[in-house]
Amino acid sequence: MDKPRRKEAQRSASFTVKSGLAQMLKGGVIMDVVSPEHAVIAEEAGACAVMALERVPSDIRAQGGVARMSDPGLIREIMSCVSIPVMAKCRIGHFVEAQILESIGVDYVDESEVLTPADEDHHIYKHGFGVPFVCGCRNLGEALRRIGEGAAMIRTKGEAGTGDVVEAVRHARAVLGEIRLLQAKPDEELMAYAKNIGAPYELVRQTKELGRLPVVNFAAGGLATPADAALMMQLGVDGVFVGSGIFKSSDPAKRAKAIVQATTQYRNPGILAELSANLGAPMPGISAAGLPEGERLAGRGW
Amino acid sequence: MALQGAFIEHIHKLRELGIPAVEVRLPQDMPGLDGLIMPGGESTTIGKLMVAYGLMDPIRSFAVQNAVWGTCAGMILMAKEVGREQPVLGLMDIAVERNAFGRQIDSFEASLQVEVLKEGRTKPFPAIFIRAPRLVEARPPAQVIARLADGTAVAARAGRLLVTSFHPELSRDLRFHEYFLEMVQS
Repeated sequence: MDKPRRKEAQRSASFTVKSGLAQMLKGGVIMDVVSPEHAVIAEEAGACAVMALERVPSDIRAQGGVARMSDPGLIREIMSCVSIPVMAKCRIGHFVEAQILESIGVDYVDESEVLTPADEDHHIYKHGFGVPFVCGCRNLGEALRRIGEGAAMIRTKGEAGTGDVVEAVRHARAVLGEIRLLQAKPDEELMAYAKNIGAPYELVRQTKELGRLPVVNFAAGGLATPADAALMMQLGVDGVFVGSGIFKSSDPAKRAKAIVQATTQYRNPGILAELSANLGAPMPGISAAGLPEGERLAGRGW
Repeated sequence: MALQGAFIEHIHKLRELGIPAVEVRLPQDMPGLDGLIMPGGESTTIGKLMVAYGLMDPIRSFAVQNAVWGTCAGMILMAKEVGREQPVLGLMDIAVERNAFGRQIDSFEASLQVEVLKEGRTKPFPAIFIRAPRLVEARPPAQVIARLADGTAVAARAGRLLVTSFHPELSRDLRFHEYFLEMVQS
């Protein structure tokens, strides 16, 4: 993978470079794919990146058992057949899975609650890696803890594999709403606020100054339609992940393309109406509110 | 061009320089523009969206008279040759290689000497390369204006067209944006 032309004057794997890729993904759709065929359909539809997986979240949910990192052979195969960035998931706290993913050259690692956590107290120390990480969050404190550990991109957790957008909305509103409140606070209140939300003070201060998270913030977990993607964009996220929503629908290629276009034209209801027409059946979906506590993935992570 | 990618970073830079900027997502957003920036992002995504919303020809005619700057994915979209099947504008007679430095793990920062910039001889420009393309060939009137230490060409200009394989919108240095504004006003 290493190219000989990297010179001493060149710095690789800096935080600027790691968070910079996420900046290039903004306004785009990152799609879950389980095979090279899916990956090609996603790229064809205009995905800005793909997430290589063995099972989409709705299958992980249905089949139960322990969900782990995908087979590196499959991930490599997917990497070889698309030109866009390829992401892959490792379990929360499983830094060896992350090392493996880094060594095969994936472009982003998702330390994901969709897989069964490997550590119930600690997430991965992500500053120690050259590959950038994306992590899920439900509120500002969780987002800033992950950034403190080195995450170069944040996404809402939502409730993956349900096709129900309500949890992604809840988490996006929590993060963005808390930032709006933070901006109204005088500086002397920031230390106590940082303590209360369990976030690093320096990042709280930086977030107030910027009026947004210091890294790119996507929506994920339950998006299934062009309208869902546009809703999240209008709420103020930078882009969207769509997992089961595309390849569990009746016409994945058409739906994928419609969701990509909806993420760009999210403020134009006329275009959104066109994009939403005649898409075939969406993924079946289950109501996130009806899930028993033990089946909620968003509660994983600390 | 605000179809996808890092367009807000360019808008912030332009505002810092006191220049009003609008987001272009449809052909009807274009009238009244003096210059156009094609941002970094995914060139395949942006290209497909340009086709879907009928932006290819309006941009081609715009570029005949006006200044256009492509950064990273934008450079790919402005090139005549990209070495694979994907929609491009073909505004500039250059050949580029996508992901020429490898995958994300090979992304890097480097200091460039860019003589055409203000204080270009003495003050290096901090360039950020992310899954970057490189210029394989620039045919006249396109001229290479920046190279890495090993000679790899990473920026070129042809008249009022500018391409950079790196991201001046992610660094604190405003000189490339100032340089483009001079091109717009010339």
